[in-house]
Amino acid sequence: MADTTATTRGGRTRTVRQPSRLRWPLRIAVIVYLGLLVVWPVAIVAFKTFERGLGPVLEALGQPEVVFAFELTVANAFWAVVINTVFGVGISLLLVRYEFPGRRALSALVDLPLSVSPVVVGLALLLVYSGRTGWFGPTLERLGLQVIYAQPGMIMATAFVSLPLVIREVVPVLHEIGTDQEQAASSLGASAWQTFGRITLPAIRWALVYGVVLSLARSLGEYGAVKVVSGGVALRTQTATLLVEERYSQFGADATTAAYAAAFVLALLAVVALVVVSVLRPSDHDR
Amino acid sequence: MSIRISDVNKSFGDFAALSDIDLDLPSGQLTALLGPSGGGKSTLLRIIAGLEVGDTGTVEIEGVDATRLPARKRNVGFVFQHYAAFRHMSVADNVGFGLKIRKRPKAEIKARTAEMLELVHLSQFADRLPAQLSGGQRQRMALARALAIEPTVLLLDEPFGALDAKVRKELRDWLRRLHDEVHVTTVFVTHDQEEALEVADRIVVINHGRVEQEGTPDELYDAPASEFVMGFLGPVTTLQGHLVRPHDLELESHPFPETVEGRVARLTRVGFEVRVEVDVAGERAPVLVTLTRAESAHKGLTEGSAVWVRPVPGASRVAVTDPARTAAEPDLSTGSGEPLVAPLA
Amino acid sequence: MTTAVTPSASDALAGTAASEDTPTPGRSPRGRRRRTTLTRASAIGLGVAMLWFSLLVLIPLVAVVVQASSGGWAGYAEALTSPQTLAALELTVGHAVLVTLVDVVMGTAIAWVLVRDSFVGKRVLEVVIDVPFALPTIVAGLVLLSLYGAGSPLGLHWANTSHAVTLAFLFVTLPFVVRTVQPVLMEIEPEVEEAAASLGASRFTVFRLVILPSLAPAITSGAALAFARAISEYGSLVLLSGNLPYSTEVASVRILSFIEGDQLTAASAVASVLLLVALVVIVGLEVVSRRVARHG
Repeated sequence: MADTTATTRGGRTRTVRQPSRLRWPLRIAVIVYLGLLVVWPVAIVAFKTFERGLGPVLEALGQPEVVFAFELTVANAFWAVVINTVFGVGISLLLVRYEFPGRRALSALVDLPLSVSPVVVGLALLLVYSGRTGWFGPTLERLGLQVIYAQPGMIMATAFVSLPLVIREVVPVLHEIGTDQEQAASSLGASAWQTFGRITLPAIRWALVYGVVLSLARSLGEYGAVKVVSGGVALRTQTATLLVEERYSQFGADATTAAYAAAFVLALLAVVALVVVSVLRPSDHDR
Repeated sequence: MSIRISDVNKSFGDFAALSDIDLDLPSGQLTALLGPSGGGKSTLLRIIAGLEVGDTGTVEIEGVDATRLPARKRNVGFVFQHYAAFRHMSVADNVGFGLKIRKRPKAEIKARTAEMLELVHLSQFADRLPAQLSGGQRQRMALARALAIEPTVLLLDEPFGALDAKVRKELRDWLRRLHDEVHVTTVFVTHDQEEALEVADRIVVINHGRVEQEGTPDELYDAPASEFVMGFLGPVTTLQGHLVRPHDLELESHPFPETVEGRVARLTRVGFEVRVEVDVAGERAPVLVTLTRAESAHKGLTEGSAVWVRPVPGASRVAVTDPARTAAEPDLSTGSGEPLVAPLA
Repeated sequence: MTTAVTPSASDALAGTAASEDTPTPGRSPRGRRRRTTLTRASAIGLGVAMLWFSLLVLIPLVAVVVQASSGGWAGYAEALTSPQTLAALELTVGHAVLVTLVDVVMGTAIAWVLVRDSFVGKRVLEVVIDVPFALPTIVAGLVLLSLYGAGSPLGLHWANTSHAVTLAFLFVTLPFVVRTVQPVLMEIEPEVEEAAASLGASRFTVFRLVILPSLAPAITSGAALAFARAISEYGSLVLLSGNLPYSTEVASVRILSFIEGDQLTAASAVASVLLLVALVVIVGLEVVSRRVARHG
């Protein structure tokens, strides 16, 4: 209800009155575990990136292949996020506000993409949209639309893997706000679109932003599915993650620096996304 | 007649929420839809508002057939139990919402909003968010929001149900005074018989999706049409196959005409009154009589003493048709807001 | 709260709102006329959404199953039982089980520390937990190589060994158990523990009899998610594990090499196994969450 104080993730701490004997061992175990698994390795990558100074990094990032790869990555991610946002809000409203046959099944199925291996995603799209052997691919190609080994396929692969993220954020909030405000708006004369624009959308805005940021992070970093459907041709279908793999496998300090530089930028984007999200979370209370 | 409801039926799956409702709710009056939870009164209110559609029947508002009109075209003001405040808008924006939707000039919206906030005594809170208001203030804001559009009818769904007892009582008196000022046709849903008896011009008692009785508070209290209505409007006890109110029973410590004899089983003093439970041969439950403290003292009652009981002349009585009823425990709560539910099995 | 599905205000004409007077909340109306509350506009929306969902997800996944079965039972069995594929599946499932067990223990411990402990820098840990989720998988591989590959500051040389698979799985599955257990742990009132303690229970008994049963559903669903993620992992292994047949080649890598060899039927056969596991996990989660919802 309106006056419930929103608790943020981890924002609420409860200290057990008498500290347990296990408290310190647990704390240390957790910090060491996370340090070895996440913090230290990430720090090394950051360090290695700038091992030879800032110059080589900037130079590597300025290479046309690298610039192209990031542009392509951003374009793919942009379209995938736009599609997933529109689709996600629509599906969320349908799942929460309406009753129809198969609703439960759909609700479970929209989570499926999170559990499917990216390679299987690529394979699945390949089987249907491959211009050579796919179910629809040859027809689409005759109509002038190449999907596999082209941008549409990469956008589809990216959209597939990040599809549930917006829905998972928006659905609980829609449940929580209930229908009272929407009904009040319509009793005051608001049309369906006015109600959506003035009441529902403002109420879910933070969840939506959160979902979009997560989708964006996931989309920018997609690798396996894109690898299968893109072909990974430099300056044509090579995204940033594919470039990291290619450069890392090449010999030579410049290639390694390029791999690390691109990886660093991708990691930076991911961390920025996380920080944005963790800053946004406490704003939940004023939604 | 302001609101005319004809032949309305409504079911959810196998559950019949409303059966054959025919009602005329008079213009300019304050009508209470009274009944236990799950009885269908909220559903009826929502059908009037257009938030729900009946399976059959018609709804007419001020002579206009509204059956097929969506909520937004009915020009009704609706107040929800949990306020339905637009959380991201200031109090003033909440109140002005309906006018904004109607594309009224800015100056007019501002003036009308100010006027409404004045009416509900929230002028100094105009720029706050609903989260910064108390429950009672939020509900007043919701009322101002509903009134701002100059609704044909004002509908309130358990408007005070979520508030604590003291605030509820204040708002109740205030609603009555407000209605006397504004005179808009008002229908409110409640399960609190005291609220209905105190505030409403007319009461419609609804139970199991049917209208049990409608009339003025006095008519309902003095001439209840059924055991249910009688039991719902106040405490009852059973004597000789009739429901009767405990304060409508005469009790003496000696025989007198047309009485039945019994024995005092228990004496309980609650504030100014004394509740006497009398075991009477042939009754399945003790007969309950309420006396003032002075009366009780005067009669020298003690537990175990023999007494004689009869209804006072002219007491309202309803014949008991359901045998289970005679076993029902009399409910003695004195209108603390809890419903005196005496369900018919 | 009512959980019955309610229509949006905009669609009052066809709405079944769960008003207070509707029957038992949660049991949505199932009358024949009430099968759907869709309006024309929302039905069109549902149609468009389903079309896109089918084109993007459903039809392609069906295509995998169809392709897998195109060689008949014999072909399917043959693709799955070739020694190299079997080894890959064994490696994947074996390591996924192992890693899931570690996640259950460490995930619960991390959640516990995040909720019940309080120290400077705890907020940083909150972000650290999510790093594996946000970090591109190829970068994750690179990151792990830096500490556990050639030139490791720890002197470890786990690249191209099965330890690399364990590491990669641990990394990418880190957030799941933590993030499912954490909110449940927050909901458990310390009063419950205090009540149990006041009745004479030791700290360990309280944990075993009071806390653990409440956390069990969350741990289970977190573990299921982690397991599903582990068996489908690909990107973080590319640089790290060397993809050596019979030793570090996981199922996803096997699928990819089938795709690259244009053996789509064999690729689909292995993929169908992964899909089946994913489906089982999702259905299992649904069952768990329904049971939890029922027992409150």
